[in-house]
Amino acid sequence: MSETSHYLCINCPLGCRLEVDADGDEVVEVRGNACKRGVEFARQEHSDPRRMVTTTVAIRGAPVARLPVATAEALPKDRVVDLCRALHQLRLEAPVAIGDVVLADALGTGVDVVATRSLERA
Amino acid sequence: MPDLHPWELPRRYDVVVVGGGPAGMAAAVGACEGGAERVLMVDREHEAGGILQQCIHHGFGLHHFKEELTGPGYAQRYLEQVLEHDIDVLTDAYVLDVDASRSVSVLSGRYGRTSVDAGAVVLAMGARERTREAIRIPGTRPSGVMTAGFAQKLVNVAGYLPGKRVAILGSGDIGLIMARRLVLEGVEVVGVFELMPHANGLTRNVVQCLHDFDIPLHLSTTVVRIHGSERVEKVTVAPVDEALRPRMHEAWDVDCDTLLVSIGLIPDNELARTLGVRLDPVTTGPVVSSTMETSRDGIFACGNTVHIHDLVDWVSQESRLAGEGAGAYASGRRQAHDNVRLVPGTNVRSCVPHTITTEREHTVYLRVTQSLAPCTLRLGDVYERPLRYVVPGEMVTVKVRPRFLESFHGGALRVDVVPREEAGRE
Ligand SMILES: Cc1cc2nc3c(=O)[nH]c(=O)nc-3n(C[C@H](O)[C@H](O)[C@H](O)COP(=O)(O)OP(=O)(O)OC[C@H]3O[C@@H](n4cnc5c(N)ncnc54)[C@H](O)[C@@H]3O)c2cc1C
Ligand code: SF4
Repeated sequence: MSETSHYLCINCPLGCRLEVDADGDEVVEVRGNACKRGVEFARQEHSDPRRMVTTTVAIRGAPVARLPVATAEALPKDRVVDLCRALHQLRLEAPVAIGDVVLADALGTGVDVVATRSLERA
Repeated sequence: MPDLHPWELPRRYDVVVVGGGPAGMAAAVGACEGGAERVLMVDREHEAGGILQQCIHHGFGLHHFKEELTGPGYAQRYLEQVLEHDIDVLTDAYVLDVDASRSVSVLSGRYGRTSVDAGAVVLAMGARERTREAIRIPGTRPSGVMTAGFAQKLVNVAGYLPGKRVAILGSGDIGLIMARRLVLEGVEVVGVFELMPHANGLTRNVVQCLHDFDIPLHLSTTVVRIHGSERVEKVTVAPVDEALRPRMHEAWDVDCDTLLVSIGLIPDNELARTLGVRLDPVTTGPVVSSTMETSRDGIFACGNTVHIHDLVDWVSQESRLAGEGAGAYASGRRQAHDNVRLVPGTNVRSCVPHTITTEREHTVYLRVTQSLAPCTLRLGDVYERPLRYVVPGEMVTVKVRPRFLESFHGGALRVDVVPREEAGRE
């Protein structure tokens, strides 16, 4: 039995409304996509939705109070809030260089969280 | 960041750049490439980078660096180029005034009030956010009402939360991004209220910032009153009719302690105004030539101070050009005079630059009034090109090559974006 779900494609600013027929996790047909990338997006979004996460972490000894960080790869969508909670517990110390891993293998997902800028000691 | 301050501020520079955001950084590098030897970039903040330092999300640099960076990442990359070019960077310094003889007066913590003579000046002051006052929301004036961009700086740089229960007026990208940002910081976002019947920001931001966190988006709805004496206690919201008038009998109250206002940016044109450069009534920024020169000799302008950009990549590209123009001007080389004036036509709100030459290739940036898909871009009756879609929230960039204009002999070239006759699918 296939069921129909609806997604908005976020791959480009056109934002196509996708209608997806799927049998469980198996996508059977995608409609409403103006290009092929929409099909790929529908597959991923239907079976394993993931998001890049950007947030900040408290840092001491730098000219600003927060260090901006990001996941190195997309994280399963339902772990995003948990990740931010975990990052709230961190207290870093300057200096930090862009690309430094601030949390490795976050929540056991295999995804690292890295600094997205360098901060010298103030 | 290393200490970039020169020990003593020289009295004269080839090019002085006002503002150290992406526009200022690119202009400073461009000035060196255009032949300037001594370049000064001034910013009132403690570090260069402009608004990028608070935009910690992804979405920067896909065109310019061929890589999706965050705002701070993009700023850092560009600042490295500034340093490589031996540009003097003066931060914590406010430019008070630029006069027509290109004397720039600066107030800085380090040098007090000084003035610097410049061979050419580039204005790159960015934009300001429209405030509650700009739309006159009635009610009391408690604390807890602020622009979304200010809240973004509080949260992402200073490390403060603006409140505990937040309502957001306006669904532009800044409002959407702040909704997600606050939820991730543990704040409750009670809803986003949008006057228009559609979201103003990109669809990807509606999905990733609101849908993902079940934040309600109320379209055709606006805030009609703010309540609270010391602090915001609640706001009254109401749906609007087709003429955008609130239907007060259907109004309801929303409990919150903070209202973020995200209703658009306007070019910071204060210095341009006192300088008396010609302004475009639509963009409200200066009218500029193909080298981004304003109506005053040797005064160039670029970035959000000219027109509001949604992609920093185009800011960098346009500003590089402005810098090169300024560098060339300061070295005594004038570029070819423009011979074509661009005139916004059907479904085109604005075009930058305002004039071009038929001798070089140009990138022209357009804003449309209405969404169309698919459609055709027309330059007078000499050139046309299919476009997959246009939306008001996204700037359209068009490369205009000399050969497009070979058969054009007028002075004013109309730019139209019209529906495509044979709607074909790609
Ligand atoms: C919330 C938000 C999200 C965005 N998201 C994206 C995105 O995902 N991708 C993308 O590509 N682009 C994005 N943009 C757009 C992009 O960031 C801007 O277009 C770009 O930063 C504009 O650059 P600018 O240098 O003109 O202005 P700004 O970055 O504002 O820089 C102007 C600088 O001038 C300084 N200044 C002003 N007046 C003076 C003075 N009198 N004296 C000294 N200094 C002065 C200011 O301190 C500031 O540093 C976003 C913008 C915002 C606001
Ligand atoms: S389906 Fe293609 S055109 Fe439509 S939003 Fe996705 S990427 Fe863009």
